[in-house]
Amino acid sequence: MTRLFCFLALTVAVILVGCGKPDFSDAEKKTIASLALNTLPSLKPDTTNRFADVPAAAALGSTLFFDLGMSRDGTVSCSTCHKIDRQFQDDLPRAVGVGRTNRRTMPLAGVARDPFFFWDGRRDSLWAQALTPLENPLEQAGNRAAYAHYIKARFGERYERIFGPLPDFSGIPSNASPLGTDAEKAAWNAMSDGQRDAINRVYANIGKAIAAFERSIEPAQTRFDRFALDLATGAEPKGDAIFSREEILGLKLFIGKANCVTCHNGPRFTDNGFHNTGVPPVADLPPDRGRVDAVAQVEADPFNCLGAYRDGDVSACGELRFMVKDGPQLIRAYKTPSLRGAATRPPYMHAGQFSSLDEVVAHYAKAAPSVEGTSEIHPLELSDRERAALVAFLKTLSE
Amino acid sequence: MASIWRYLLAGLGLAALLVGVLAVVYLTAPQSAQLAGPDLSRTKKTDNGLYIASFVPERGVVRQGELESWLLTLKTKTGASVERAAIAISGGMPQHNHGLPTSPQVTDYLGEGRYRIEGLKFTMSGWWQLRFAISSGAGSDTVLFNVVL
Repeated sequence: MTRLFCFLALTVAVILVGCGKPDFSDAEKKTIASLALNTLPSLKPDTTNRFADVPAAAALGSTLFFDLGMSRDGTVSCSTCHKIDRQFQDDLPRAVGVGRTNRRTMPLAGVARDPFFFWDGRRDSLWAQALTPLENPLEQAGNRAAYAHYIKARFGERYERIFGPLPDFSGIPSNASPLGTDAEKAAWNAMSDGQRDAINRVYANIGKAIAAFERSIEPAQTRFDRFALDLATGAEPKGDAIFSREEILGLKLFIGKANCVTCHNGPRFTDNGFHNTGVPPVADLPPDRGRVDAVAQVEADPFNCLGAYRDGDVSACGELRFMVKDGPQLIRAYKTPSLRGAATRPPYMHAGQFSSLDEVVAHYAKAAPSVEGTSEIHPLELSDRERAALVAFLKTLSE
Repeated sequence: MASIWRYLLAGLGLAALLVGVLAVVYLTAPQSAQLAGPDLSRTKKTDNGLYIASFVPERGVVRQGELESWLLTLKTKTGASVERAAIAISGGMPQHNHGLPTSPQVTDYLGEGRYRIEGLKFTMSGWWQLRFAISSGAGSDTVLFNVVL
C-alpha cells in the first residue's frame, strides 16, 4: 500500500520535474553561445597594411612600441600608457604622457578587429592610429621628420630589409610636421612635395610596423568562455567553469532585463559602435563631444583608408566610405568598449569617470539624461542583489 | 484490496488534473515573436503602389556586425525594370530608438532593375527597418522592409 503510494507520488514528481524549466531558455543559450570566445573568427588580413602579417615588421613594431626614444624627450613610449602587464592599459582615469591627456587609455586585446580607433573613432586603421600619439603634444610629442631621422639612425638596416630603401635625407630638417609647433609647421611647409611624401611614407611604415605587432594581442579565454562552452556542448561543468547562482543571475540579467548585450554583443562584448549613454563630463576638462567631432578628423587624416599611404585597393575602405557623418546620435557618443578583462581595470568610461563596476551599474540603472545630445539608455529597476549579480558576472570575464 | 484501486484512481485523477493544468498553461501562453512579429517579406508593393520592390542580401546570408551588400530590385506594376532611379536609404531599430550605424548607399546599377546597396551593417540582433525613398520617371514612392536578426 505504502509502496504503491510512493510509486504514485514518484510518478507525479517525475512528471512535474520533466515540465520544469531548464536553467536557460533556448534563446538565452543561443545568446550565451554567441558571446563565447570560440565564436571569434580568425583575424582578417589587413589589406591596407601589406606588412600586417610580416613577422619582421611585427618584430620591429614591438621594438618601437617599447622604445622610449619614440618621443620628443626620450621619456615616453607606446608602452608607457599601454602597459604589457596591465592588459596594455595604465589604470589611470586619463592617460599621462609628456603631458596630461583628457581620455582613458584603452586596453589592446583584440584591437586589430576594431573598425575605428580611439574612444571617438577618429582614426580608421590600426596603423593610422599608431601614428597619432607619436605627434600628440600631450603623449609622445615628437614630429614625423624627427622620427624618420631616428629610424634611419637606429633601425635603418632593419627598416630597409622590411620596407625597402629609405629616402634621401639630405635637406630634410631635423624637426618638421604639418602638426606640432609653429617652427615645425614652417619647416614642413618649406619642404618640397617629394620630401614631404617621402617622410610621410617612412612615417606610415612606422605605424604599419607597430600595427603588425599589435595584431598579435588577442583576448584570452576566461571562466565565462569555459562555462559557455560546457553549456553549448551539454558537458558537465568542472572546476572554475561552474558558475555560482549569483553569476548565473548576473548573466541572465546581462542578456535579459538589463539589456547590456544590446551593445556589448558578440565574442568581444562590443558592437564596435558609438553610443551616447549619458556619461557625465569631467569638470575642468575641455569640452568633449565624442564621435560628432571625430568624423571630420578621420575624413581629414592623410593616413586614412582613402589616402595615398594605404596599401591594397579601395574595397577595404567600407567603414570610412559608409560611416554615419552627421546626426544628433553622434553627439557625446563614444565607442562601446569590450568587457573582456574590464573587471580588473578600473576606472571606467572615456575619461575614467567611474571608479568601480558598482558605479557603472548604478549609472546605467539610473540612466540620467546626457548633458548634450540624447542618451540611448533607459532607467532600470535593479535590486541590490541584481546589481551585485551583474558585477559578479562581469568578473567571470576577467578570471 | 479495493483500497488499492481507490489509490490508483486517485493517482490517475491527480495525473489527469496535472495534464489539464499544463494544457491550459501551454494553450494560453503568448504567441512566439516569430508569429506576431513584423512583416518579413522580401518583395512588396511600394506604399503608393507605384513599384514592386524586393530587397535581399547579395550573398544570401546576413551576418551580424559585418558590412554587407544587399540588392534592391525595382519593377513597375507591369513588370518592367525601373532604371535610373534615385534611391535614398534610411532606417534603424524601432524598439531601440536609434538609426542605422552606417549610411548605406546605392553604389551600382546591375541591370534588370537591380541596384547594389553597399555599407549595410546590423550591429545587434533584433528588429531593424530599412526605408527606401524611390524616384524615377514613374514617380516617387517609398517602401519599408523589416529585417529581424
